[in-house]
Amino acid sequence: MSDLFTQSAIVAVVAGGIRLAVPLLVASLGETYGQRSGVLNLGVDGIMLLGAFGGYYTVLKTGSPWIGLLVGVGIGVIMGLVSALMAVTLKAEQGISGIGVFLFGLGFSDLLFQKWVGTPRPITKFPKLDIPGLSDIPWLGEMFFQHSVVIYLAFAAIPLSMWVINKTTFGMNIRAVGENPEAADSLGVSVSRIRWATVTIGGTLAGIAGAILAIDLGIFQQNITNAQGFIAIALVYFGAWRPLGIMLGSLLYGLVNALVLQMKVLEIIPTDWSDIAAMTPAVITILALVVVATRFSPPSALTKPFTRGA
Amino acid sequence: MKRKFIWVAVLAAFALIAAACGGDDEVDVSDFRVAIVAPSASNDLAFTQSIVDAVDALGIEPAVTDGTFVVEDAAAAIRGYAEEGYDLVLAHGSQYGGSLSEIAAEFPEVSFAWGTSAETFGLDNVYSYEAASDEGGYVMGVMAAGLSSTGNIGVVGPVETGDAKLYVDGFIAGAASAGATATAVYTGSFSDVALASETAQSFASAGADVLTGTAQMVVGAVGVANDEGILWFGTQANQTELAPNIVVASQVYHWEVILEDIIEQVQDGQLGGEIYKITLDNEGLVIEFNEDFDLPDEVRQAGEDAIEGIKDGSISTG
Repeated sequence: MSDLFTQSAIVAVVAGGIRLAVPLLVASLGETYGQRSGVLNLGVDGIMLLGAFGGYYTVLKTGSPWIGLLVGVGIGVIMGLVSALMAVTLKAEQGISGIGVFLFGLGFSDLLFQKWVGTPRPITKFPKLDIPGLSDIPWLGEMFFQHSVVIYLAFAAIPLSMWVINKTTFGMNIRAVGENPEAADSLGVSVSRIRWATVTIGGTLAGIAGAILAIDLGIFQQNITNAQGFIAIALVYFGAWRPLGIMLGSLLYGLVNALVLQMKVLEIIPTDWSDIAAMTPAVITILALVVVATRFSPPSALTKPFTRGA
Repeated sequence: MKRKFIWVAVLAAFALIAAACGGDDEVDVSDFRVAIVAPSASNDLAFTQSIVDAVDALGIEPAVTDGTFVVEDAAAAIRGYAEEGYDLVLAHGSQYGGSLSEIAAEFPEVSFAWGTSAETFGLDNVYSYEAASDEGGYVMGVMAAGLSSTGNIGVVGPVETGDAKLYVDGFIAGAASAGATATAVYTGSFSDVALASETAQSFASAGADVLTGTAQMVVGAVGVANDEGILWFGTQANQTELAPNIVVASQVYHWEVILEDIIEQVQDGQLGGEIYKITLDNEGLVIEFNEDFDLPDEVRQAGEDAIEGIKDGSISTG
C-alpha cells in the first residue's frame, strides 16, 4: 500500500485522471448548454464517435491533428443541427431521437472505418505543451503542466462556459427558456432559436470531445468511446447543470478510474478483484448522483418540446 | 506385352495414389457458404480478425456480421444466417453460447461452430473450438523475461475469462519460469481503448519496460508502449504494423487449421459434435517474430526452446 504514496504513483494517478476526464468534460459541457435550455440529447455518444472517426481519418490523411480537430468541429456542428432539427423543430421525442443519433453514429463511424481505413493504424497525436516555469515544479509540474495542448484548452472552456451561461444575455435566455419557455417567449425570446443554438453548441462540443479522444489516443477502434457519451450525460446531472460541478464530476470519474488502475498495477487490488474494482467509478458516480438529485432540480422544461400557445 | 501391362498398372496406381493424396490436402470449398458473427471489427488486429483471416485463407469469402458486442444482436444474426441456409455458421465469441444452444437446436440441418469454448451442448450440429493461447503466452513470457532489464513486466487484460485469461496466465507462468514477475491488470472491458491506454501508461510510470495485452482494446496500449519506448508482445493477430519499432513478436491464431477439418466433416454429413483446439503443435498457433526487431539471439533461442518444450510436452504452461 505504501507504494501508492510515492511520487511516481501519485503523479500517475492525477495526470492519468486528468487525461481520462477531458473527453467527458468537453462532451458534458456541451450537453449542459442543451439541457439548460430544456433539450436532452441522448445522441452525444454517437456524435462523439463520428467526431472521433472524422478527426482520426483526417489526421491519418493529412498528418495534422489540428485539421483533424477542425473536422471534429465540423461534424459536431452538422450533427448538432440534425439533432436540433429533430428535437426542436420536428418536436420528436427527445429520448428516442437521441438514441437514433447514437445508433447512427455507432454504425456509420464503424462502416466508414472499415471501408476507408481497414486495419487500425496509428496517427500523429496532439503535441505536448510543457508550460514554461510551471512544468518543472516538483510533483505539480508533471501532474498539471505537462499535458497535450487540448487538455489546457478543455479546462479553459470551464470559465468561458460559466461566463456565457451566468453573465451574458445569451446565457440568461438559455436559462429562461429551460425554466419557463412560455414566459421567455412572452418577453420576445425566440425559444426555438435559443434551443437550436444550444443543441448545436452541444453537438459541436461532442464532436470535439470525440476528436480529442481519438487523436489523443492516436488510434481509432470500433465503438472507441465505449459509452463515454452516456457517462457525460450522467455527469451533467452529477454537476447539477453547472460547469464547475461538471468539471468536478469529470475529474472525480477520471481520478477514480486512474486510481483503481494504479492500485491494480501496484497489486494493491488483487487480480481476482479486478472486475469488481472496474465498477468502482460507475458506482461512485451513481452514489453521487443520488446525493445531487436530492439537492438540485433539473431545468423545469427539460425534455419538454415548446409550442407557442399550447 | 506383359511387361508393358505391368508398367501401365504401376502408373495407374501412382495416378490413383496422387489423386487420393490431392483429395486429402485440399478441401473443395466452391459453393460452401460460411457466415461469421463476431463481437468486434473484422479488422481489429485481434480476435475477430483472426477468424475472418482464417476463412479467407481457405479461399472462402464469408458473410460477416461483426461488431455484435450485444449478444441479442449476435443471436439475431446467427438465426438469420441459419434461416438463409448457410453451410456453416461461426459464432465467434464465448458470450454467444447461451443463444447458440437454443438456435442450433431449432436448425438441426445447419452446422454451427463456436468458440472459444469446449462445449457443444450435446448437439450433433455444433462444433466448438478453442485456442491454447496459454502456450503462446508462455513463450512470450519467457522472451519478455529475457528482454526486461527492470524486471517490471506488465500485462493489459480485458476481463478475467476465457481465451484472455489463458493467455495472461500463460504469459505470467512463462515469465516466472525465467525468473521474472509479470503483473496483470484486467481493465474490465473488451472495448475500452482509453482505459487500456491508461493502464499501459500506469505500467510505464511504474517502470515497466516490457508489456503485452490481449483483446481488441489493446491498440491504445500499443500506442502508449510506442510513445514510451516499451517493448510489446502481441497475440491473436500479428500486431507488428501497429508499432514496428517495439513489437517483438506476436502469437497468431490460424483457425484455418481446424476449420478445414470442420468443413470437410460438414461436407461428409457430420454437422457437429466435436471439440477442436489450436495449439503450437498443430500449428494453429504460430509465433511470428518481427524480423525488423533486433532480438538478441539468446532470447530468441529461449523462445524457440519454449516452443519445442511445449510441443514435446516437457514444459507445462499451467
